[in-house]
Amino acid sequence: MQSLTNRSKLVVNKKMTFWERIYLPAIFGGMRITLRHFFKKNKTVNYPEVKRPFSPVYRGMHVLKRDENGAERCTACGLCAVACPAEAISMVAAERKPDQAHLYREEKYAATYEINMLRCIFCGLCEEACPKEAIFLTDRIVPASLEREEFIYGKEKLVEPVDQRIDISLRQIKSYPQ
Amino acid sequence: MIAEKMIFILVIFGITLLIATYLTYFERKVAAFLQDRVGPNRAGPFGLLQPLADAGKMFFKEDFVPSAAERALFILGPGIAMFTACMTGAVIPWGNSLHLFGRDISLQVADVDIGLLYIVGFVSIGVYGIMVGGWASNNKYSLFGAIRASSQMISYELAMGISLIAVIMMSGSLSIREIVEQQFDGWNVIYQPVGFLIFFICALAECNRAPFDLPECETELIGGYHTEYSSMKLGFFLFAEYINMFISAAVISTVFFGGYHFPFMQELGLPANVVSLLGVAALFLKIFFFLFVFMWIRWTLPRFRYDQLMHLGWKVLIPLSIINMVLTGGFMLLKDYLW
Repeated sequence: MQSLTNRSKLVVNKKMTFWERIYLPAIFGGMRITLRHFFKKNKTVNYPEVKRPFSPVYRGMHVLKRDENGAERCTACGLCAVACPAEAISMVAAERKPDQAHLYREEKYAATYEINMLRCIFCGLCEEACPKEAIFLTDRIVPASLEREEFIYGKEKLVEPVDQRIDISLRQIKSYPQ
Repeated sequence: MIAEKMIFILVIFGITLLIATYLTYFERKVAAFLQDRVGPNRAGPFGLLQPLADAGKMFFKEDFVPSAAERALFILGPGIAMFTACMTGAVIPWGNSLHLFGRDISLQVADVDIGLLYIVGFVSIGVYGIMVGGWASNNKYSLFGAIRASSQMISYELAMGISLIAVIMMSGSLSIREIVEQQFDGWNVIYQPVGFLIFFICALAECNRAPFDLPECETELIGGYHTEYSSMKLGFFLFAEYINMFISAAVISTVFFGGYHFPFMQELGLPANVVSLLGVAALFLKIFFFLFVFMWIRWTLPRFRYDQLMHLGWKVLIPLSIINMVLTGGFMLLKDYLW
């Protein structure tokens, strides 16, 4: 029968010659290979000290962005929560008071905004659904914890600090040069 | 005189334990380097404190005796393994004698006439530790490991002994110092290459090292004879194995590779004491080389199947060693007849 892939090999069960049967040449051959590896540079990345750069499309922990004046962009429209296939996002909307204009960009804002990181599958659909460019997935890793409660991230963990903006410019590149 | 001996015994004991401790570190480092990894590097600089951390872990683990185990024998097993491992270092000449304080100090605990026999004897008692421990655990995997260990020891001790007999015939003595002294102008490995090869393979099998690590093989027997052991009892078993490895490397170096002799030791024209100390260094260099080869082989070869192990022992090594012995005897007769 004609082989489709040409990758199949004919199996032969031939008797070993004396030279093959004493195994020593094969053993020395194997030892030569392992000794070559002894002098090779190792490929280990010492993780906590050295970090490998992530791919620009990496989807890690979320961030809630502020605009250029430092006001929160999120308007608690709930589209991210609707888009979320894992139902990890929940929020409570509130109306902005007149003296809070520097805090929230539009009249409606999220009083609480919670993502359950144990439910989240990091698909990035919330980012795609957001009409206000408020939520993005970043290259930060959600740290491990001993308590389940600690994985429910509120606004204090999600909103970026005013003085430490989180760079999401790589997430906004729409197409990469081939 | 007695005090001097006592101090020397303590020094040898300490060095043996220290080397065995750090062999665990080197084993892991060599394994890592052979596999393009880094190995332990967290405890201390370059991970040098790793053996201490391991020992600490061993001590603080729960010392557990299974309810179905034979309690006395269960405790005796690791004791025998450790005791026999520590005893063998006594007859190895670690160097030529040092001339200090107006007299010669021998760098050997006991120069017994039957040194080689003593070592072979003690190594073969060592299997009782594994045997007793494995049987007393009352666990089928432990028993499998113990049975494999004992049958492996029996099969490989024969070939080992016969390959040594060829060396003993050449030197005409069982004293290890005598054997070393006779290698002054030529190492035994030159006259006994086949004997060395057989002895080396058997030494691997006697130490339960890969590719002959059937008694413990993690994948099939979950640790074999020490499945039920924890804490320092397990530590004793593992430690005894590393001491045995060290002693095996020392025996190979002394019996086949000239012991504390090194090339051009008389031509250098150095004081006798310096030559002796250099000799000790040379011996340890040889030992470390063989320890490295042991590890190198472990991380290169897969484990033998049980029937292959028996086939190699009984049908290959024993006939080969007998042929080697007969040929050695024949050459010696021929030499006497011609000259």
